[in-house]
Amino acid sequence: MSPTTYAKALNTALRDALTEDPDVLVLGEDVGALGGVFRITDGLTRDFGEDRCVDTPLAEAGIAGFAVGLAMQGFRPVVEMQFDAFGYPAFEQVVSHIAKMRNRTRGALPMPITIRIPYAGGIGGVEHHCDSSEGYYVHTPGLHVVTPATPADAYSLLREAIASDDPVVFMEPKSQYYAKAELELPTRTEPIGQAVVRREGTDVTLVTYGPQVAAALKAAEVAAAEEDWDVEVVDLRSLVPFDDATVEASVRRTGRAVVLAEAQGFAGMGAEIAARVQERCFHSLAAPVLRVTGLDIPYPPPKLEHTHLPGIDRILDTIARLQWDDEPDLTHAPQEVSA
Amino acid sequence: MSDITELLPCPAPVQLLAADGTAVDPGEQALARGYAMPVPEDLLAVWRGMVVGRRFDAQATALTKQGRLAVYPSSRGQDACQVAPVLALAEQDWLFPTYRDSMALVTHGIDPVEVLTLLRGDWHCGYDPRATRTAPQCTPLATQAVHAAGAAHGLTRRGSDGLALCLIGDGATSEGDFHEGLNFAAVFEAPAVFLVQNNKYAISVPLAKQTKAPALAYKGVGYGVRSEQVDGNDPAAMLAVMRQAYAHARSGHGPVLVEAHTYRMEAHTNADDATRYRTADEVDEWTGQDPIVRLQAYLVQEGHLDDARIQEVRDEADALAADLRTRMNAEPTVEPLELFDHVYARPTPQLLEQREMVRSELDSHVTQQEMESAR
Repeated sequence: MSPTTYAKALNTALRDALTEDPDVLVLGEDVGALGGVFRITDGLTRDFGEDRCVDTPLAEAGIAGFAVGLAMQGFRPVVEMQFDAFGYPAFEQVVSHIAKMRNRTRGALPMPITIRIPYAGGIGGVEHHCDSSEGYYVHTPGLHVVTPATPADAYSLLREAIASDDPVVFMEPKSQYYAKAELELPTRTEPIGQAVVRREGTDVTLVTYGPQVAAALKAAEVAAAEEDWDVEVVDLRSLVPFDDATVEASVRRTGRAVVLAEAQGFAGMGAEIAARVQERCFHSLAAPVLRVTGLDIPYPPPKLEHTHLPGIDRILDTIARLQWDDEPDLTHAPQEVSA
Repeated sequence: MSDITELLPCPAPVQLLAADGTAVDPGEQALARGYAMPVPEDLLAVWRGMVVGRRFDAQATALTKQGRLAVYPSSRGQDACQVAPVLALAEQDWLFPTYRDSMALVTHGIDPVEVLTLLRGDWHCGYDPRATRTAPQCTPLATQAVHAAGAAHGLTRRGSDGLALCLIGDGATSEGDFHEGLNFAAVFEAPAVFLVQNNKYAISVPLAKQTKAPALAYKGVGYGVRSEQVDGNDPAAMLAVMRQAYAHARSGHGPVLVEAHTYRMEAHTNADDATRYRTADEVDEWTGQDPIVRLQAYLVQEGHLDDARIQEVRDEADALAADLRTRMNAEPTVEPLELFDHVYARPTPQLLEQREMVRSELDSHVTQQEMESAR
């Protein structure tokens, strides 16, 4: 066993996929000689040729649309959007074509395309480099959306995504690129669509994904040490398909749930999770399902990003509101008007 | 970097037949590019395709008025652009049509009922895109340009000498994807041919409000794409120019952009009122440019076509229309559960739950109907 970074796991997954399947192609901006701005494609052009790991013109709609044409000819393109917010020019191609081509051709033209998107913040990035854009994709029928939080899942889920006949939006939390794990590659975890309990606990379930899994685990340790709450942490790994069973089972055990997402909260993935939990587990819940999310603001500059990111204090404050003393949570109660 | 004169279109649209059907000298540059009058057999095939295609188009318009189609964007007037480029394709080539290219699909040999499936209001494109090498008719503008570039590159990677023909309208040349398609095709030297049918209007907006370019064909030059402009109502010129474009692309020289100057004789669709933005005089003027009249006059003049053959093809066209009428008048069966079948290769558990909900709703509906009819 040796320490392997999340970035290295992704690079190895691309390498292994390129080796095993001649129809796999890597396409994107700066993915060639540079190896990508995050070096995820490091050495692929050198080792597989510029025909397999291809620098494209700087045009995201073009990259996504070009991949559609290649998929029509039986290729399995893996495209890189350089940053979350730079993926927006490709939005029409992703939503109107990649997501729908299989359906409107009754399966004749499947779109086995993997769209890799480095996303979310916590890296001191400037504007347009730190968006949590998963909400746009999870709302689109026809796409699978996965977001590994660990090096092992990064490798395994990327292999699964490339092998999938469905298009997969593969969201890589940038803040985790240099996270390390003792790991021998190749490795396989679970197929797309399965959540995992990262930390077992008895008092409350913290449901989270991607960039916030690490924060959730830290918060759980602090909660155990300082507050005597035993927090269970569920890492969704896959947002679409959604693993209701694992989330449900956990919440039934603990009786309380907090949803943690880095994305802005309004009408986002966190809202979907909270709704699903209360629809399924209402009678097992001792308190309302609460959310800890990013603020509903454009992603702030580096000096202020700690204000936006959920953080351990905000997570613990939210857990504290779960009616432990059987008293109602009055955070949103109407203010009393004095006569 | 190519020599820019190689990329530039002819200064005026290439023409081989005047509006009255007499052969004209296309000029030195056009001749140098190999735009010679096609042989009579090929022109007869184009003429036949246009007669049948226009009859199909008229029938589709009529079916729309009868409520059998949700909407129909006619390509009447653009018949030469619809027919000649498709007939010149080879077996291994791919076609990327828009919603206005139904006539091209019928010319391509796709069952007219399948062609009209989408416009009939169904949820899928009707035909098998893999078997017919034809992408679904594209509604979002210009997005198919990048698909064509990718597919063309894919064909080359597979060792095929196939090309991708991308049909596109004048309005769509303002969309970003048109430019990205040209640029990707050029950079990858992909065998894609982009045919802009400049029919002068994007729904109601005239070309003058769409671009300041001297001609849309000039938009290729900036990308290093060989470009040409042609009289889109001249079937002979259309065939000659498209063949040269295909030869260029097929032999590994990269993409070609062709602008065909033509006119949309009908409104944008049956739901549009063209009198709000163009004059009857303008439409009349284009009636005199009719591509079928033009080619038929030439073929008759040259002794390649007689009344008997004209009647024969008209009968063939009427038979196609009658068959289309009959089959389109049959009430299409709809199966709600099919809506779930192709969303994913591996459907999500959430989607399967919704499918189950709809299935049980349908079952209880059927049971209710049975009980009512038993009463």
